[in-house]
Amino acid sequence: MITIKGKSVFGGVSIGKISFYKRNEQVIKRLHIEATEEEVQRFQSARATAIEELKGLYNKAMEDVGEANAAIFEIHQMMLDDLDYIESIENIIRTQEVNAEFAVATTADNFAQMFASMDDAYMQGRAADVKDVSERILNILSGNCNAGMVADEPVIIAADDLVPSETVQLDKSKVLGFATMYGSSNSHTSILARTMNIPAVIGLGNELSEQFDGKDAIIDGFTGTIYIEPDEETMTAMKKKQEEDLAQKALLDQLRGKENITTSGQKVNVYANIGNVADVGLVLKNDGGGIGLFRSEFLYLESETFPTEEEQFTAYKQVAENMAGKKVIIRTLDIGADKQVDYFNLDKEENPALGYRAIRICLTQPEIFKTQLRALYRASAFGNISIMFPMIISVDEVKKVKAICAEVMEELTAAGIPFNKDTELGIMIETPAAAIVSRDLAKEVDFFSVGTNDLTQYTLAIDRQNLKLDPFCDTHHPAVLALIKMSAENAHAEGKWIGICGELGADLELTEQFLAMGIDELSVSPGMILPLRKKIRES
Amino acid sequence: MKELKYVITDPEGIHARPAGLLVKKANEFASAVKIGKGEKSADAKRIFGVMGLGVKKGEEIFMTTEGEDEDAAIAGLEAFLKENL
Repeated sequence: MITIKGKSVFGGVSIGKISFYKRNEQVIKRLHIEATEEEVQRFQSARATAIEELKGLYNKAMEDVGEANAAIFEIHQMMLDDLDYIESIENIIRTQEVNAEFAVATTADNFAQMFASMDDAYMQGRAADVKDVSERILNILSGNCNAGMVADEPVIIAADDLVPSETVQLDKSKVLGFATMYGSSNSHTSILARTMNIPAVIGLGNELSEQFDGKDAIIDGFTGTIYIEPDEETMTAMKKKQEEDLAQKALLDQLRGKENITTSGQKVNVYANIGNVADVGLVLKNDGGGIGLFRSEFLYLESETFPTEEEQFTAYKQVAENMAGKKVIIRTLDIGADKQVDYFNLDKEENPALGYRAIRICLTQPEIFKTQLRALYRASAFGNISIMFPMIISVDEVKKVKAICAEVMEELTAAGIPFNKDTELGIMIETPAAAIVSRDLAKEVDFFSVGTNDLTQYTLAIDRQNLKLDPFCDTHHPAVLALIKMSAENAHAEGKWIGICGELGADLELTEQFLAMGIDELSVSPGMILPLRKKIRES
Repeated sequence: MKELKYVITDPEGIHARPAGLLVKKANEFASAVKIGKGEKSADAKRIFGVMGLGVKKGEEIFMTTEGEDEDAAIAGLEAFLKENL
């Protein structure tokens, strides 16, 4: 068995034979042409044919994947109508006295280069579109038809990379999954794979080679892995994973786009907890209404030194953009206690859970905090970001935090950097102290989110990592539920909203109690969104 | 010549799809239409130029129209920007 790791584009498991996508390789020769005007005419008629083909593809894509995804073929037509593009090709033919193929290939390289050198991953990805439209003209000029894929049974399509028109032209009923050597998660192939619900793994690199053509394989789209000639154990595990996934997808089909509303008409937002940028795909796949808790710790844990403002900004912006206007609540760093990072140089503590952690670090070392806040505010210009602060125990702390936020906003304004000045600020309710003074806290913030794991640990004085204490740990302890209820009443008395982002939020035995308390939002792991929606709709 | 300024609010900026729509809109008018950001500018009737500006959310762009229908063009483009970007 050979295992290759790549990047996941769309979750799901597919099992089948690999078919390597074959295309006619174009070798472009530079030829000297005397009759340049005839050559220009040859290019123009190929261009007209290409536009006709694109119109056909647009109509096919409209039916298969909808207007939003079909639009790319309309944009391809506009590229072929672009005077800069046409003039460049005609100029090369006339001035260099060369064949149309050479002029098209040269122009395509130049324009692709322009996109590839832009400072934006999305625009860099558009270089593939230029190549795709140009390749279409080259095929027409040389009289090639698209070779594509010929298969009698459904297969896993493997390729170096696929351009949008190749993906759309594939017979969908014959495609089990995609595996490519290159490509980005922003490429249209990735987007189309997600839209068509086809498991896909990209960026597998050179290890994926044509010698695997015809071999049995499994794509695990969740982990971004392809197994070639899988052993029995892997096959059994993957078949099970596939069944579970199909059951989940069936549930999704039933519940997708449905409201989180009880039989009596009470609405509640169901958001997702994530710990990394890559998790956003799972949130969207499970139809999450937003992100209720984006733990920013990964940026610190995966780094050897303090992550820069730019690194943080990029991550926050990407999540905000991918969520396209849906709420994204990002929690500032919650390092300390069970999450230790060397370069923070934290002293060894007798009792780290009650020690120097989270907001306490931020208020003691404001330079670390301000770097994160600047990144968060800058990212706020790119989506619907809210900021949430962990481990709060007093109103005084909140006032200090807000003063630092105000400083950061002033600095950004002075520097002319755009941000959303109305970014919502909220706090975690995860200490009994915060729950008890929640009326006063609610006056200072826009929202609460209850961290039930820590709230339970601090209320019951039970170390949640000590398995020996399990018999004493009643996760539904009335004291914890009373603190949540108290916080909800106090939030609502001040006109603020309250959510739950700890594990109890996903505890279906408590959903009805939470609804009775008037909890406005439940944030759970992506896989729990649909089961929770189901529970809410039945309540 | 008529001119307008506009700050992009679409979270994705002028990516391929809105660029395509903008080019389509600009082509509805006989006037010459330019789009620019800072010191860079491009012919708004050509998609590569518009996409090449790489305009992002929060950035200010300017557009100019010049020709017999320049008034209608600037009004049409302004309405388009407000609705789509």
